[in-house]
Amino acid sequence: MKKILLVLLSFLVFSCGKISDNKNTLMMATTTSTDNTGLLDYLAPRLKKDTGMDLKWTAVGTGKALAMGRNCDVDILMVHAPAAEKEFVEKGFGVKRTEIMYNDFVIIGPANDPAGISGKSINIALNTIKKKKIIFASRGDNSGTHKKEKTLWKASKIQAPEKEKWYIQTGQGMLNTINIAAEKKGYTLTDRGTYIKYESTMKGNPPLKIIVEGDKNLINQYSTIIINKDKCGKTKTELAEKFNTWITSENIQKYIGDFKLLNKKLFTPNAAIQKK
Amino acid sequence: MNFISQGLIEAVNLIISGNSEALSAIRNTIEVTTVSIITASALGLPAGFMLGYFDFPGKKFIRTLFDTLLAMPTVVVGLIVYAFITERGPLGGMEMLFEKSGIILGQVALILPIIISLTASAIETLDPRLHSTLLSLGAHGRRIIITGIVEARFAILAGLVTAYGRVLSEVGVSMMVGGNIKWHTRTITTAIALETGKGEFALGMALGIVLLAIGLSVNIALLTLKRKA
Repeated sequence: MKKILLVLLSFLVFSCGKISDNKNTLMMATTTSTDNTGLLDYLAPRLKKDTGMDLKWTAVGTGKALAMGRNCDVDILMVHAPAAEKEFVEKGFGVKRTEIMYNDFVIIGPANDPAGISGKSINIALNTIKKKKIIFASRGDNSGTHKKEKTLWKASKIQAPEKEKWYIQTGQGMLNTINIAAEKKGYTLTDRGTYIKYESTMKGNPPLKIIVEGDKNLINQYSTIIINKDKCGKTKTELAEKFNTWITSENIQKYIGDFKLLNKKLFTPNAAIQKK
Repeated sequence: MNFISQGLIEAVNLIISGNSEALSAIRNTIEVTTVSIITASALGLPAGFMLGYFDFPGKKFIRTLFDTLLAMPTVVVGLIVYAFITERGPLGGMEMLFEKSGIILGQVALILPIIISLTASAIETLDPRLHSTLLSLGAHGRRIIITGIVEARFAILAGLVTAYGRVLSEVGVSMMVGGNIKWHTRTITTAIALETGKGEFALGMALGIVLLAIGLSVNIALLTLKRKA
């Protein structure tokens, strides 16, 4: 009996894991926007061609991605919550935070704009939504977008809503949250890249339109962070460094800028370009 | 929007066109669930037999414990397995996180209670005279276990079908432990969660139909087996 157990256990561990091919594989935890928009699907084959490296990623909110970094489950992060990222590096979990690209956040809502906030500043927009108690869908999942939303409420000098009936905390990814806002005919905050992806899924005619945009507080910066080898002995620092050099190179930065959906640019590269 | 009819059309398209991403998710699902059910049966059938066959102190407590575990939500199993196999966890060195082996470990943990509990129930309902008959025929040890399981085979099979349904449909473990990594650990259920999240409802629906088709073929196969038996 024990023999059978042992055989089965070893079968379980070895037969299906294909653990051996991991040497040249970079494991990344990232936010839902880089995955949902298809950016990583666009970058991974080029990375393989240029460097021979395989990229594996798990798309979770920035909050969970940082937790995975702290637990040494991944080698590199690609996230968008600057304040939390800086804290992560200061606490020694990560080394070298590298800014690679940005897009911006926008407030989207029904085309008839029930709150009447079209073209207003973000502060006024949020104040009005709160005053008029118009439905607002929040990620509510500690993701980069959720963290941004909380800072925006704070910057508008109003108490962030929490239990109010018009304030829906979805606890789900960005596109899910947009869909919920659309069903409820409410507003939500999203990064522009995910919104364009949504537009393209809706064949260019989505029920929710961009209502507020262009405020300087709405910048959405994406960065990579390499996990600290001192904290996580097994992390593949060299591979992660190589990835960073690659993604900040002139060619790839341009390649990111060329990534389009519905002929719209999703991300603007802004790494300090590394010349060869 | 008629996602349902769109989903059906898409499902057929998906299979005919041999969409490699969908095929990889389907293959991963079949691979993982098959290994899980075999491993869990190999561990659970003998354990369930012992639990149902022998009387020992604390038996009632153990039965209640396994019966309670039947109600374990998949995300909780996922979370517990994650806690064990994360790099910082007790099994961190085995590199099972984000691998199929991790999903299998979680799924085995998920369905082992089902198999043990239902096997034990099946054995308990057997004719109590069976034991003495077997003994008088000179059977012992492994022989008794095998005959017992054969006698209770239909009830046990029903337990296995339930267990297989649970691994086929679970998403909590695969998502949490597997990470939904394209080509590697993306299964049908995590792909459905992803596609739905992306607003691709028809594709999600199509994958759901494929999943049901797998469940259906397994059940038909078992039914045929039962008829022959």
